[in-house]
Amino acid sequence: MRRLVQGNEACAQAAIKAGLSFFAGYPITPSSEIAEVISRYLPYKRGIFMQMEDEIASINAIIGAALAGARVMTATSGPGFSLMQEGIGYAVMVEAPIVLVNIQRGGPSTGLPTEVSQGDLMQSRWGSHGDFLCIVLSPSSVQEMYELTYEAFNLAKRFRAPVIVLSDEVVGHLREGVDFDNISLSPIVERLKPEVPPGSYYPFEPSFNGVPPLPEYGTGYRFHVTGLFHNYKGFPTSDKKEISNLMDRLQNKIKHHIKEFFKLEEYQTEDADILFVSYGITARSALEAVNILRRQGIKAGNLKLITLNPIDEEVISSILENREMIFVAELNMGQLVLDIKRLGCKNSIYAINRYDGDILTPQQLVDEVRKRIQVGAGN
Amino acid sequence: MKIKDYLRTDFFPNVWCAGCGNGIVLRSTLEAIKSLEIPKDEIAMVSGIGCSSRATGYVDFHTIHSLHGRAIPVAIGVRAAKPNMKVLVITGDGDCSSIGGNHLIHAARRNIDLTVIVFNNEIYGMTGGQVSPTTPYAARTTTTPLGNPEKSFDICSLVMGAGATFVARGTVFHVHQLIKFIKEAINHKGFSLIDVVTPCPVYYGRMNRYEDGITMIKEIKEKAVTVEKARSLSENELEGKTVIGLLKKEEKDEFLQSYLSFYNTKKEASDGTAV
Repeated sequence: MRRLVQGNEACAQAAIKAGLSFFAGYPITPSSEIAEVISRYLPYKRGIFMQMEDEIASINAIIGAALAGARVMTATSGPGFSLMQEGIGYAVMVEAPIVLVNIQRGGPSTGLPTEVSQGDLMQSRWGSHGDFLCIVLSPSSVQEMYELTYEAFNLAKRFRAPVIVLSDEVVGHLREGVDFDNISLSPIVERLKPEVPPGSYYPFEPSFNGVPPLPEYGTGYRFHVTGLFHNYKGFPTSDKKEISNLMDRLQNKIKHHIKEFFKLEEYQTEDADILFVSYGITARSALEAVNILRRQGIKAGNLKLITLNPIDEEVISSILENREMIFVAELNMGQLVLDIKRLGCKNSIYAINRYDGDILTPQQLVDEVRKRIQVGAGN
Repeated sequence: MKIKDYLRTDFFPNVWCAGCGNGIVLRSTLEAIKSLEIPKDEIAMVSGIGCSSRATGYVDFHTIHSLHGRAIPVAIGVRAAKPNMKVLVITGDGDCSSIGGNHLIHAARRNIDLTVIVFNNEIYGMTGGQVSPTTPYAARTTTTPLGNPEKSFDICSLVMGAGATFVARGTVFHVHQLIKFIKEAINHKGFSLIDVVTPCPVYYGRMNRYEDGITMIKEIKEKAVTVEKARSLSENELEGKTVIGLLKKEEKDEFLQSYLSFYNTKKEASDGTAV
């Protein structure tokens, strides 16, 4: 059955479908509907919803619940996302499987609470202090919000790491018809359980692809976690070898398996001379811009990134090859374009940016392309 | 069970200085748990950052050394995931009343079933002896070298005002009483807090001319006035004294109990499984 659903509602329903058992959050525009929908449905699924005193409490509460055995999520936007940064680093360090949704709004600071932005891409990669890595997913439709939120839970458990769903105000508030019966979801991934008896279990001893099992509390496995650098027992260490091993493992447990989860979508890229690179709501405009340009006889295509971090550089580089012009469209002052310039350095790469709280329209993208083509012809 | 059975001795030696009272507070906590005969697997212990918060590493429960000030929200998450588990919070005066103050008052307001043990040494020990919200007026610290110009915080009054249902103050001198309070607090259904006065001879002591930890503990003993005796003393007579004893105990609905009872009496919405 097709239903008209809002992006934020789809996010909430996907979390419940994924087995969410604890949600902690704090009201913030434009993500509040996620908390509202969850507060209404979760209790009947034997889950617990808590509106915390702030976003710092929210992320820390879900980390505690995740370590104890719950399937957890929080949702926020710009200012709240900033407050959660320390918690993200902590979740990386203690390897807590958490899902964090950021419905981006205009920033910096209080910025534009009710209007769209894609300004938090770099913050989602680098916002917490120190080198860390977490998976970032970007939906561009209501259905994709549903699919990626669901997928985020599986990835968090698979890698025992935080996963960020980086959406935006327009996708969050967009209402689209979604046929939920015909969405194919992968089975729920269970967290890795130890195969050894409690006495021989260590919380940071990787047993499977660099990921250590994480037993539930109350099952006989008692362990210690700390945000300090620690050894495989979870005890603080200043041993140089143990520190670098931990740092490497926290990155490699995800990076070495990028092929398992890295997603992008190509549209009319095969023969495209002009290539858009886009993500989130901007990808929707880019698709339409491709159609308009094609009708005008210009061979355009779109590369939509779904996984924004880490990115499969080889795959992206090969798609960027042999294009006349590449346009990176985003609702910020130029963030993803830095990657694209690095990966497609031989091409002519242009940034199309908007940061006034409105989306880039298909016509704007078309105009930008035509302007560049004319400049090229004039030379 | 012996006390040693609760310890992760392979994580020893501990980080605490000679003369520090933290070991006494931890031992008292373990004595309380031992006499209550709670299985180790049914206890979670969460701490923040600071000297006190290192305690979680040394005990064989489900333990989390969390972020500075955030032990309480992490503990709330643990309790939400495991409602039948005893969840203890080990924290310091700066950790819980300064950077974590917001979480402290809201956990007390919700009357969520946690047992918070505050190792109150009236100073930031781990970072080298800076002023904390509980440092007494005029006391010297590394950031108040001429004396503390601020009024100090009474953590017990704070949480009583916020809605905590079990509040007591003890000291590392009055160990038997402290064990009794911790036992009662663990058994109490609701938010319980024990403010434990403990010495930091290395920073507080050195800056304020105390010879050693023993001298400081002796002074803690001399300054202590029981809550019963305090009732008959005037405000002037109580100046500079530490009121110890059970300050508040009442039975009220606990957060998770209320939460579950709200929903258990209602039926699932007709569209509850719509998706």
